[in-house]
Amino acid sequence: MPAPIRLRELIRTIRTARTQAEEREMIQKECAAIRSSFREEDNTYRCRNVAKLLYMHMLGYPAHFGQLECLKLIASQKFTDKRIGYLGAMLLLDERQDVHLLMTNCIKNDLNHSTQYVQGLALCTLGCMGSSEMCRDLAGEVEKLLKTSNSYLRKKAALCAVHVIRKVPELMEMFLPATKNLLSEKNHGVLHTSVVLLTEMCERSPDMLTHFRKLVPQLVRILKNLIMSGYSPEHDVSGISDPFLQVRILRLLRILGKSDDDSSEAMNDILAQVATNTETSKNVGNAILYETVLTIMDIKSESGLRVLAINILGRFLLNNDKNIRYVALTSLLKTVQTDHNAVQRHRSTIVDCLKDLDVSIKRRAMELSFALVNGNNIRGMMKELLYFLDSCDPEFKADCASGVFLAAEKRWVLQNPTINAGSYVRDDSVPNLIQLITNSVEMHAYTVQRLYKALLDDISQQPLVQVASWCIGEYGDLLVSGQCEEEELHCAGLCDISILCLNPFYSLLVSSRIKKVVSIYGSSIDVELQQRAVEYNALFKKYDHMRPALLERMPIMEKTATNGPTEIVQTNGETESSALDSKHPPSITQPTNQANDLLDLLGGNDVPVIQTALPTKPASAGGELLDLLGDLSLSGGPTPAPAPSVPISQTPFLLDGLSSQPLFNDTAAGIPPMTAYNKNGLKIEFTFERSNPNPNISVITIHASNSTEADMTDFVFQAAVPKTFQLQLLSPSSNIVPALNQGSVTQVIRVLNPQKQQLRMRIKLTYTLKGAPVQDLAEVNNFPPQSWQ
Amino acid sequence: MIKFLLMVNKQGQTRLSKYYEHVDIGKRAALEADVVKGCLFRKKEECSFVEYKDYKLVYRQYAALFIVVGITDNENELSIYELVHNFVEVLDKYFSRVSELDIMFNLDKVHIILDEMILNGHVVETNKNRILAPLLALDKMAEG
Repeated sequence: MPAPIRLRELIRTIRTARTQAEEREMIQKECAAIRSSFREEDNTYRCRNVAKLLYMHMLGYPAHFGQLECLKLIASQKFTDKRIGYLGAMLLLDERQDVHLLMTNCIKNDLNHSTQYVQGLALCTLGCMGSSEMCRDLAGEVEKLLKTSNSYLRKKAALCAVHVIRKVPELMEMFLPATKNLLSEKNHGVLHTSVVLLTEMCERSPDMLTHFRKLVPQLVRILKNLIMSGYSPEHDVSGISDPFLQVRILRLLRILGKSDDDSSEAMNDILAQVATNTETSKNVGNAILYETVLTIMDIKSESGLRVLAINILGRFLLNNDKNIRYVALTSLLKTVQTDHNAVQRHRSTIVDCLKDLDVSIKRRAMELSFALVNGNNIRGMMKELLYFLDSCDPEFKADCASGVFLAAEKRWVLQNPTINAGSYVRDDSVPNLIQLITNSVEMHAYTVQRLYKALLDDISQQPLVQVASWCIGEYGDLLVSGQCEEEELHCAGLCDISILCLNPFYSLLVSSRIKKVVSIYGSSIDVELQQRAVEYNALFKKYDHMRPALLERMPIMEKTATNGPTEIVQTNGETESSALDSKHPPSITQPTNQANDLLDLLGGNDVPVIQTALPTKPASAGGELLDLLGDLSLSGGPTPAPAPSVPISQTPFLLDGLSSQPLFNDTAAGIPPMTAYNKNGLKIEFTFERSNPNPNISVITIHASNSTEADMTDFVFQAAVPKTFQLQLLSPSSNIVPALNQGSVTQVIRVLNPQKQQLRMRIKLTYTLKGAPVQDLAEVNNFPPQSWQ
Repeated sequence: MIKFLLMVNKQGQTRLSKYYEHVDIGKRAALEADVVKGCLFRKKEECSFVEYKDYKLVYRQYAALFIVVGITDNENELSIYELVHNFVEVLDKYFSRVSELDIMFNLDKVHIILDEMILNGHVVETNKNRILAPLLALDKMAEG
């Protein structure tokens, strides 16, 4: 059999291949040759074959049949064989293969080999791919090598120890004695790897951390020597002496000095020295300065030093080199929490970076900008950010849009519905956005018009459709024509949302077109659509009198905790008063933020709807307009007001849990109570509350008290209002007004005043006092202006 | 720590790959293609650090060859940038004016150099003479 070709030949042949198929053919041929050569157990050419196999492996072809061959090579005595064998082991094997355990013995022998290079090889391989069993077996050997005086071996042993510690953390103590004089080495390689080893140990165990704190002075001294020493050709990189070691030491100092005052103090001088003396014209110097700044920020440094660090970062930001600007933005992001004001000074530069061509820089600048938004600069920042949102790449839009909403939420300023990014907004922002829109009452008209226009343009973006259809449904009366609704229904098609937008209909204009569309969905395949369609159909057909109440506006939703896109930057350096104190009574259960699906928000959590959906009384009782002069028997009266929990079986979503709700809101908006009637010992006082969900409703509670000596029994209170108002009387607390002001009867009146006219009321009182029935009429005109405005 | 080091040419062919954290063989090709796509199409003015999945890429271009290093978040990016240059200088010293062909035909030697410089994702040695010492000894042994 001819001698197998050398690696070079193979490479040359492969290079001549013109197509992928040709290359594959060549490789397969060669693989076959190699396989037969392995079978022959040919020692001389094994090395060559494995080298070729490694090359083919790098190109992506399977090479697992060479694993055993690698082991044979490792066991050989020739250094060249061993070299390739170990290389093959590192590339082809890992701890998942069973074969690797066979290496353990070989490595053990090689760790005690006479040639340092062989020992180095073994250390290298063990350090790269040793499994936990191997590490446990060989940890002793590694530790021994850590103590030798041979610097070549020592540095490799140190890194091998790092690997052992990672795999088997319990063995950390074993290496502790060996670390004692690691730092007194002169050899930079050993120093470097020792610092890495110390870093690893400190990161893993707080005990070690405290133990190694006493090394801080030594580290400081080494660093000082590095800076102060003149030109040393050995480690010089562009005029700076061993920058890699400097960076490593700085990192270790950072870990040691964190939250420890003494160590931090010891480091202050050297950090200041490094910061001021390092030359910044080349990248090397900047690398060291970067590490220094990170260290200063993390330890308990004095304020002068911190200011120095931020200034360095500021200088970085103005640098022409992109890399440096990127690095500066990254570190500013880390420090914006603690040194907010200092970072604010560089705000304009950061905002400029938004316009940079580089993607990485843009992303950093965007995150940082969101972190810097606060009450003062919101307008300017929002302008910039919205411009950025329009012009940025799609991958940014999601985060940017969500960030904009988050920032807007915090400041209660919705400048401009960001329509274009609608499709990219994350799902959980949708409820937040809706909340925001309901809260900015004055913007409703503008918002809904913009959204409708956008929807006409592009119906495909789902979050946008959700938000838009909800708004249009809610505030449809602010849109110009009633036609819009129907067209949109047709467009929305299969989307569940189409049912949503039917939901809170304005006014009693139920056009036939809508009824038709709804009945179409009554037989749709999707269960949810079908159910809702049927429900609405029923609603349209039978319950006309309830529809207005059901279909009133949604109340303003209470804010819930939001998860923003950048969780790191939640507090913009200002104290956030808990914006969650909202005006609503705490008894309303809040929609949790898992309600990503808008349907849940309106369907499953029906609480806000209930507030205003108190059904007007059946037939003509109560809810109807009253004639001023006559027929007062219709208002209130002894008929107990039906409990608000009228069960409507077909629409369980909307009216579930009605009975559990309080009837009115508790916010006394500071409207002073008034005495409506005071005659013959009977005094009637009105106290006012403003019903929050709907500012047109005033809730009046009457308190009737009796100052005579006898009880007033069969007490009935009736009221009438002018035609422009609607009145609703709820049941009184009792029919007997106890004597001598021992108690009072309360009754609740709800007045709907859509036209905000002056409230006037006529009241009729009937009661029995000392056996004699008493009846009286009175007019109440002295309502305080706040009650009806 | 360093997760991997790749040398890829402009056509997307991998010239050297070293992984310090295990990646399945099947996934490696996809990873390399992805990484290359990310770096090859960046313009000259863009910075050398790219955010990729949950780690960062530091890349540097030398003629037709891209050297890409994948690092975790806690590494100093500028330092790794320097390290790449150091590596190329070592290669330059050994091969005297190194070119892509040199790397291709002497892949095993390049691996040896790399192993002397980076072990298990951390930097071992940056001094050129000390890095090349074992390799020169190996060459002498092979001749003799």
